[in-house]
Amino acid sequence: MTEKVKLLSHVEAINWNRIQDDKDVDVWNRLVNNFWLPEKVPLSNDVQSWNTLTPVEQQLTMRVFTGLTLLDTIQGTVGAVSLIPDAITPHEEAVYTNIAFMESVHAKSYSSIFSTLASTKEIDEAFRWSTENVNLQKKAHIVMDYYQGDDPLKRKVASTLLESFLFYSGFYLPMYWSSRAKLTNTADLIRLIIRDEAVHGYYIGYKFQKGLEKVSEEKRQEIKDYTFELLFELYENEVQYTHDLYDGVGLAEDVKKFLHYNANKALMNLGYEAMFPSSVTDVNPAILSALSPNADENHDFFSGSGSSYVIGKAVNTEDEDWDF
Amino acid sequence: MTTPTISRNVRGRAGVEPLETDASLIYFSSASDNTHRFVSKLPVRSARIPLLTSEDTLRAVSPFVLVLPTYGGTSGKGAVPRQVIKFLNVEGNRRLLRGVIGAGNTNFGDTYCLAADIIAAKCNVPVLYRFELMGTSEDVDRVTQGLEEFWT
Repeated sequence: MTEKVKLLSHVEAINWNRIQDDKDVDVWNRLVNNFWLPEKVPLSNDVQSWNTLTPVEQQLTMRVFTGLTLLDTIQGTVGAVSLIPDAITPHEEAVYTNIAFMESVHAKSYSSIFSTLASTKEIDEAFRWSTENVNLQKKAHIVMDYYQGDDPLKRKVASTLLESFLFYSGFYLPMYWSSRAKLTNTADLIRLIIRDEAVHGYYIGYKFQKGLEKVSEEKRQEIKDYTFELLFELYENEVQYTHDLYDGVGLAEDVKKFLHYNANKALMNLGYEAMFPSSVTDVNPAILSALSPNADENHDFFSGSGSSYVIGKAVNTEDEDWDF
Repeated sequence: MTTPTISRNVRGRAGVEPLETDASLIYFSSASDNTHRFVSKLPVRSARIPLLTSEDTLRAVSPFVLVLPTYGGTSGKGAVPRQVIKFLNVEGNRRLLRGVIGAGNTNFGDTYCLAADIIAAKCNVPVLYRFELMGTSEDVDRVTQGLEEFWT
């Protein structure tokens, strides 16, 4: 980057005993409690499973993970950092540093997967592919442009769309393998990343909405139009990227449903209504269950098919302050 | 997004006595207002549990369904918001609770809508529905219809 790096011009000692926005403390605590490192996940147990994949499936998996590595690298070294100068509270600044570090952990964890499963040659080839794939590079350039732009609200929109939408063409694959009982330890690691990205998208989206409250109605409309334009631009590119990756294994159409589903969630994180109708967000139930065992709607009384329903499953209820 | 902490269906004086409500839907929503936005789209009378635990909690006077979110954690610990615990620690509120609706994000895996599961298990009522973030229009339709049938 040749541009002058934007930094805060003034900093005061952060006082965690004087809080302006409780959400900063809640999210900081949530992120700290969720902290993890790839070394804790027994990835080597996936070696046998990896060897059952065809060469095409292995190559696809490597490419998907280099694509995700690129996004995490951007978010860790540019995206989350670019939000710091716009922060409204000092605690918000601190949360962004946590997010930035965690993105670097995510980026590194893909390398742990690679070194466990693949040869140096295969790893190098996958990284070379990531620098040469037009649609992956385009996605990176689009968000990088907005991170370097001068509108704090637009930066948050780009950041939320990255956290809550752009990752999912990649996240689909480990959930797919997991649903077929393959690479299950790798999937466990990816689930930790998926959980983190949800908190990041939620928080940046929340701060975006707080910022939106402070601007004129005209500006609000401009930002809304911009958000949907950017989403469409990124979406069209994601569709191309999805075909590049998944056409060889015939999964592209299924992946696109997952994209629509997550685009809706990204919009909701920004406080906007979901855009894609349910007819195109009907994600394969096996993928949803791989994401969350509770996502099976048949547990719900309203959605259940018949006369009986399942009362909430047995759970650990040890909240000390729950005293009835 | 300037939202009063208590809806118009609540009567009583704050700080003096618990705030009574006969709303058939009682909910908790954090400052993000996701759950609040979902509930606002339902054609039912609702009351919001105060955001601060230092405030007096609501006192239900007729049967109700509870809507509450779960924020991604690593286990069940701390899944139920303190404000909701305070509300359910009022014995009369537990007695009038008929069902729970959970909000959350499937990204949270095992803990998706866990607070609703925990309360359902503790209070022996069904989990009626789960939705993500502020819900889609389809979620609104299904819950509207579901509640209508549930109360008849």
